[in-house]
Amino acid sequence: MIDILLWPWLGGMLIAATTGPLGAFVVWRRMAYFGDTLAHAALLGVALGWMLHINLTLAVVLFCLLLAILLSALMYQRIIATDTLLGILSHSSLAVGLVIISLFNNQPVDLMAMLFGDLLAIGSEDMLWISLSCAIVLAILAYYWQPLLNHTICPELAHVEGVNTNFMRTLLFVLIAMVIAIAMKIVGILLITSLLIIPAASARRLATTPEQMAMWAALLGCFAATGGMALSWIYDTPAGPSVVVIASAVFFILYLAPAKGRR
Amino acid sequence: MTSALLSAQNILVKRSGRTLIHDVSLDLQAGQITTLIGPNGAGKSTLVRTLLGLQDANAGSIIKQTGLRIGYMPQKLNLEPTLPLTVQRFLDLGLGQHQLAPKLLTKLSKACRIEHLLTQPMQYLSGGETQRVLLLRALLNSPHLLILDEPVQGVDISGQVAMYELIVDIRDQLGCGILMISHDLHMVAAATDQVICLNQHVCCSGHPQQVSQDPAIIELFGVQGASALAVYNHQHNHHHDSHGTIIPGKHSEACHHD
Repeated sequence: MIDILLWPWLGGMLIAATTGPLGAFVVWRRMAYFGDTLAHAALLGVALGWMLHINLTLAVVLFCLLLAILLSALMYQRIIATDTLLGILSHSSLAVGLVIISLFNNQPVDLMAMLFGDLLAIGSEDMLWISLSCAIVLAILAYYWQPLLNHTICPELAHVEGVNTNFMRTLLFVLIAMVIAIAMKIVGILLITSLLIIPAASARRLATTPEQMAMWAALLGCFAATGGMALSWIYDTPAGPSVVVIASAVFFILYLAPAKGRR
Repeated sequence: MTSALLSAQNILVKRSGRTLIHDVSLDLQAGQITTLIGPNGAGKSTLVRTLLGLQDANAGSIIKQTGLRIGYMPQKLNLEPTLPLTVQRFLDLGLGQHQLAPKLLTKLSKACRIEHLLTQPMQYLSGGETQRVLLLRALLNSPHLLILDEPVQGVDISGQVAMYELIVDIRDQLGCGILMISHDLHMVAAATDQVICLNQHVCCSGHPQQVSQDPAIIELFGVQGASALAVYNHQHNHHHDSHGTIIPGKHSEACHHD
């Protein structure tokens, strides 16, 4: 049992520890819908990966990165309202992805695993990818923490104080794209934004500084990953949704419990 | 003049084919307070954003003194309630390489009256308190030029007088140049060396008294409004005295306790 569960558990913990702090930025900047769009586009990335016979994880990472940079530019232009733009890209890429995958029905694409994740399928090779990407994302996040925070609080002020705002915005998009491409394995593209949003939102209840919120988000995410896997192991429920169920339960408990101190 | 901190020549800004400002030239000098006035939609914010490099000019040039440090106070701060941030932390984020001398910093934070707010979350501050915190943050890196976008927005009348006095005080302490946007002719006159009246282009500019007689400004603000610029200067001491007994210290402190 240990060797079956070890890699999935470690993988889940690593991803949750990364989505937590990054998710804090998603919450602070109201980018939940942006996360959804990238997640849906990841399915198109998978489909294109199949068509072009390249490594699927690589295909998803590349496609998400491309889209993130494209979105960063388009949103800056303000041609149409951001949520409309995201809605169009989100659903059209999901639809195109589904259509392409259905055309390749001779090849065994596990659609359910794509949509809802397959945590228990994580092996040692996946772990290499996951640890590498998570380490990179966390290192970049730590290095640029102050300017990213400044840019989140007030982009104009950050610009005048010498922060390269275009770079910060694109950087954050790219980090989110990377994490989504990796976390897809765990909870699947339909539930992925929840790993970004829910632990961070729960953490808000416990934090008085941005750093505390990031730490709590990571911890609560790890707790949800562990709890979800336990739930999945004991009751034979699907792993990805189980993780989200635990994360949501934590959220509701924290918000219903009387807050200590002010408010 | 070559000594200008910032010199803008014939600035033109268009957005989606519409001209927002055109032929705007101005010089900002050290130790001088310049106030930008003008009706809504005159392009005051556009001009300030262009000078700050937040927006590109379609034509014209902006020459800054080399190594010029600008302190900027935005009109308001839209802070998400989900971001836990105390006043102290917000100020710390603004600290750079050219921090103010500690003595001066203490003095100015006292003048901004925010010591009692330092542990408060930013989101709990009133409009006036937020403005004072933003002002202090703009000062942290000992700027050569301070740009204030409607510094008294959301501040009550007694607070506005105090705010303008504080701005004059800052100019005296730091010797920096100040550019601010204001709506209120009555208030700005006493605290201003140069008024620039903007209505897409520079209608007129100069010392408040001088500008108050300009036909262009009378057309924009009416005789009454324009005369406020001149009248206020004469009445300032008197006006201030009669209010002075009611306003300072106690009253405004009491106001912030609620």
